[in-house]
Parts: sequence; structure tokens; C-alpha cells
Amino acid sequence: MQYLPNILFVAALVAGIGFFVRNVKKLARNIKLGKKVDVTDNTSIRWKNMFKIALGQTKMVVRPIPGLLHVIVYLGFIIINIEVLEIIIDGILGTHRIFSPLGAVYDFLIASFEILALLVIIAVIVFWIRRNIIRLGRFIKPEMTGWPKTDANWILYIELILMVLFLTMNGADYQLQQMNVAHYTKAGAFPISQFFTPFFEGMSMPSLILIERSAWWLHILGILFFLNYLYYSKHLHILLAFPNTYFGKLDPKGKLNNLESVTQEVRLMMDPEADPYANTSGVEDGQEVPKFGASDVMDLTRVQLLNAYTCTECGRCTNECPANQTGKKLSPRKIMMDTRDRLEEVGKNLDANKGTFKNDEKQLLDDYITREELWACTSCNACVEACPVSIDPLSIIMDMRQYLVMEQSEAPSELNNMMGNIENNGAPWPFSQLDRLNWAKEN
Amino acid sequence: MESELKVPTMAELSAAGQQPEILFWVGCAGSFDDRAKRITKAFVKILNRAQVSFAVLGTEESCTGDPAKRTGNEFLFQMQAVSNIEVLNAYEVKKVVTTCPHCFNTLKNEYPDLGGKYEVMHHTQFLEELIKEGKITLEGGKFKGKRITYHDPCYLGRANNVYKAPRDLIEKLDAELVEMKNCKKKGLCCGAGGAQMFKEPEKGDKDVNIERTEQALETKPDIIAAACPFCNTMMTDGVKNKEKEATIAVLDIAELIANAKDL
Repeated sequence: MQYLPNILFVAALVAGIGFFVRNVKKLARNIKLGKKVDVTDNTSIRWKNMFKIALGQTKMVVRPIPGLLHVIVYLGFIIINIEVLEIIIDGILGTHRIFSPLGAVYDFLIASFEILALLVIIAVIVFWIRRNIIRLGRFIKPEMTGWPKTDANWILYIELILMVLFLTMNGADYQLQQMNVAHYTKAGAFPISQFFTPFFEGMSMPSLILIERSAWWLHILGILFFLNYLYYSKHLHILLAFPNTYFGKLDPKGKLNNLESVTQEVRLMMDPEADPYANTSGVEDGQEVPKFGASDVMDLTRVQLLNAYTCTECGRCTNECPANQTGKKLSPRKIMMDTRDRLEEVGKNLDANKGTFKNDEKQLLDDYITREELWACTSCNACVEACPVSIDPLSIIMDMRQYLVMEQSEAPSELNNMMGNIENNGAPWPFSQLDRLNWAKEN
Repeated sequence: MESELKVPTMAELSAAGQQPEILFWVGCAGSFDDRAKRITKAFVKILNRAQVSFAVLGTEESCTGDPAKRTGNEFLFQMQAVSNIEVLNAYEVKKVVTTCPHCFNTLKNEYPDLGGKYEVMHHTQFLEELIKEGKITLEGGKFKGKRITYHDPCYLGRANNVYKAPRDLIEKLDAELVEMKNCKKKGLCCGAGGAQMFKEPEKGDKDVNIERTEQALETKPDIIAAACPFCNTMMTDGVKNKEKEATIAVLDIAELIANAKDL
């Protein structure tokens, strides 16, 4: 039975990673429900964006206080993971602190992990206070009730617990090292957890070992749990921020995509030699004609769906949105949350029906995102600019407007008047094109 | 010194076998809206004074299609774009200058995919170039010591990253440029974009232009400078709503420069 812990550890590791892989596959399948877009261009700019925005956190620090706190938690997450590597190797081989022969380097590493862990604890507490005591505006908007609110707090609790477990493990280990207990080789520097000494005062060696082992196990099991929590949480951004910033929009923000299928039609209409009965749609007989714009998640692109999974509901977009600031229903964050919720619903539908989608009489438009929200947008790009991970809520709003106008002819009547004017006299107002130069003669 | 505006059209120049250096794209607001027409005329006065070789399309110009595209009507947008591009390409236009950031954005970013490839400049960029080349000179005088706050049009600022040219021009007027709390990348919309200009806003607590005007008034300005005919309308309405129109003027950058030069 000497190898029981090793076997249990490997089993937990395999189960944790296996379940995670299963969720990643589901995630990829759902994103692939979206339309393909060519994002193979400008690879060097894309890599640069990823390094700058995701790895370098350049857009997070636009707001200095949460930006700095976030950088701490982010660095803690990345750097403390080196320790997780040691824990995994120890767990598999049954060793203890296998990297300790690194000597001074090891001491330095452990010391920096400890300091980071403390900083993470402080940051997480401040985050919790901002959310629950100060109740900053962007955290208490109508879309932030129920699961989104619970999710946000759970993430903070889990991070707090993981860091406390990490320090407890080190603190107990330090005591055991002082007691010269076999297996607990003297290694590492413990600038934070050495202050736990009073707490362990007078404890017997077996109790200390029990505390050290429990903290060690709970810490790694907690990490495996957290890894699998991601798929169900807004916290998925810790992984998806990287691909999302890579695939982010490279064109000037003002540019909306050209719809090629419409171009072909327009060219033929304007060509006097064109055959009026020709099939111009590029669609063979019997095939389904692709629709204009988006009424459901399958009409969006894969990048837009990736955007939805990447959103961590920070609300910077909504905070900057002129419509939202003046009390309109539109919230760019809600557009992203709705898109993800609907995509998840479609994914579950696929799971339940052996991979084929069974019509559920629902769609993204109306069942999730209302027309009132869509028509409140001024297309000002404040939300796009504000997003720290290159999400583009505006593109979804515009695609849904396109569906409303081109498939349903359901623009607000004033906009129909405006478009009628453009069609008839080339201006959004009812003035004749022949009067366009009158200003030059007026005084 | 009110003098007659010289506004040559592409058709006239083309008939005379001439090709102007730039096409001034006037836009629908600049052609028809009474307030925006004053901006158009101010810009033309500067062009005339600097002896810039330019022309307008006049009755051959038509809406770029921007509000149609932002409403979601890609078909109408492309109909407008393709016919405008036909006209522009027939005149072999190379360089376009426009006083409207919406036209600017559409011409610059959305026409190339449809075969309309031009060098497109916003008038603030072009005016800055004229000053750099010494074609117009500016001495403050008239605006010396005046507090001017500048409202970034979304389609010039965030959409196309033009923040510097309009500000440089204001500073050349010897005026004191005072920034609003939300400026440049964080500039708040005036409420007109995305075809909102042509409809009533959705239900809310406040209109966007009022919120933006309040931000502008916080800077205690003598003048609110704009660089877009739609922003100009929205801010002018906002100032009227606050009953400040007697003391605070809303002026386009082109108007500021034309005024400074007594044009």
C-alpha cells in the first residue's frame, strides 16, 4: 500500500485533466457552429497584439487601480504555476520538494511564490470589497444578478482558499523542517508562512504532517477543480484571452465588413448587359440561401462566438457605453453574455440530441437580445475600445440589425423614412439631389 | 471682406480639360443642413484663400450610404457606394477631403472593398497640412486666451485614431485647449452615430447629447469645438437645452480658422 497516494494522485490528475479536455472539445465544437472567417492574415501583427494585450495586460492598466490588482493576480497565477509543476511531479513520484536541490534558486522561487500569494490574497479581498461592499456601478447592473454574481464571488473565494492552502502547506512544512523530520528536507525560504509559527505552536509532529499533507492535497485538488470550473464560468478568460486577442479586429474600428454576396447582386443590377434571370446568389438550386445578418448564434462568426466565451463580464464596455450611461436598456456586456448563454443552450441541445440540433423555437434575437437594445446603439465603438481582451460587441449588434432590416424589413419607421430618402434622392432627408450645390450660391 | 465663393465642380473642370488636386466631398449634411452649410462655406473660404486646386461633385454627389449601412441595410449602402465609386473613378479622383467624419470613415475604410481606392483626409488633417506647407498662416489674435474644449467625433477619433490634427489646430489659434473628462479614446459620443441622428432615442433617463454637453460645460468653455456636422447639431441642441447659447458657441474647426482669418 506504499504507492496508494501515488495511485490516488495519478487518478485525480487523469480525471481532472480528462474532464477538462472533454470540456475544451465541447467548447471548440460550439465555437465551430459559427461561420468560418479568414483570420490567417497578418500573423506577425496578430502575435504582437496577443503579446501586448493579453500577456502584457496593456489595456487592463488603462484603469490603474483594478489594472494593478489584476496584474498581481495574473502574475500570481502564472508564476505560482511553477510550484504546481513541482507538486505534480512530487505527487506522481512520491518525492517531496523535488526541485529543492536548486538551492538558492529554489529559496528564491519559494520566497517569491509566498510574497505573490500574499499579494494575491490582498488583491482578491480588495476585489471582493469592490464588488460586495462598495458595489461599483458596473458590478451591479441588471445583467449581474443570479449566476453571474455568484460566479464572480466564487472565483474570488476559490482563489483565496487556494492561496491560503498554499501558505498553510508551506507554514507546516517549515515547522517540520525545523523539527528535523525525515522526508522534510530543509529547503525553501518562507518569508510569509514563517509568521504562521505561533499558530502551529505546541503541535505534535503527526498533527503537523496531517496539516501539511491535507493542505498539499486540498491545494492540488482545488487547482484541478478550478481548472474544470472554468468552462462553466466567466473565468474562462484566463485561457481564451490569448486566442481572442490574436483573432481580434485589425481594421480601423470604424470599418464594418463588406458583404460579398450583396456586392455580386449590386454589380449585376448596375450592369446593363446582365442576364436578369441569371442565378446570382452563388447558391445552387436546392441549397439553402444564406441569410443576411444574424438572428441566432449560428449566424455569427467563430470569432464572435469566441468573443462570447472570452468575456469575463468586467463591464468596462457597459460602463463606457453612451446608451447605457443615459439609462437605455443596451449593455454591450449583456450582448456578449446573451450570446454565450444562447450558444450554451444550443450546445446542450446538440448533446441531448446526439449531435443534431433540434429546433427549440428560440433564437438569440428577441428570446435573449431585444430590439430595443439593438436600436439604442450609436455605433460609437466605446465598448470595443474599452474591452481589455479585444471583444467586439458592436459587430454582433450590427449583424443583428442587418438581419432585422434585410430579412425582416423591421427597422424603426423613422429609419425607413431615412432610407427611403437615400434611395429616392441620395440624401437621408427629402431634398432633391439637384439642389445639392445650392449652398454655394446662398449667402 | 465677404467675397464670392469659388466652387468649381468636377464636371466643369473636366469639360475644360482640368484635373483638380483634391475633391472636396461635401456630404449630405454639408449640402442641406443650414447649420452644416456654414461649415462647408467656411472650409471653402479657406480653400479659396489658400488657392487650393479643388472641386466638388455638386449634383453628382450622393449619400455615401453610411447611415444605411449602420441601420443594417447593406444592399442600399452598396448601391450608393458602387454608384458613387463609378462617378469618382470616372473623374479619376485620387484625393478626397471631407468635413464629415462619417463620410470620411466610409470613403476611407469601406469603399476600397468595392473598388473605390482614394487617399481620404478629414478636413482637420488637410487644414493642418495647409498650415505646415505655409499655404495659410494663423495668428491667434481673435481667440487668444479663449477657453476652447474639443469634442472628439467617434468616427474621427476612436474609429480612425485622428486625435492630434484638430487639437493642433486649436492650439495654433493661441486658444487655451481644455479637455473634457472623457476625451480622445474615451470621448463620449454625441448621440448621433449609427443612424441615431434620424430617429428618436430609445427610452432612458437622459439624452446622450445632454450628458455630453454637461461634460463640455464642466470645462467652463467659451467655445465648444466640433469637427463633425452631426456632433455640431447635437452639441448645439445640448447648449440650447442648458440655455447657454448666448455665452457659449459651438463651432467647427474650419469655422474657427475662417473666423481667425476674418474670412
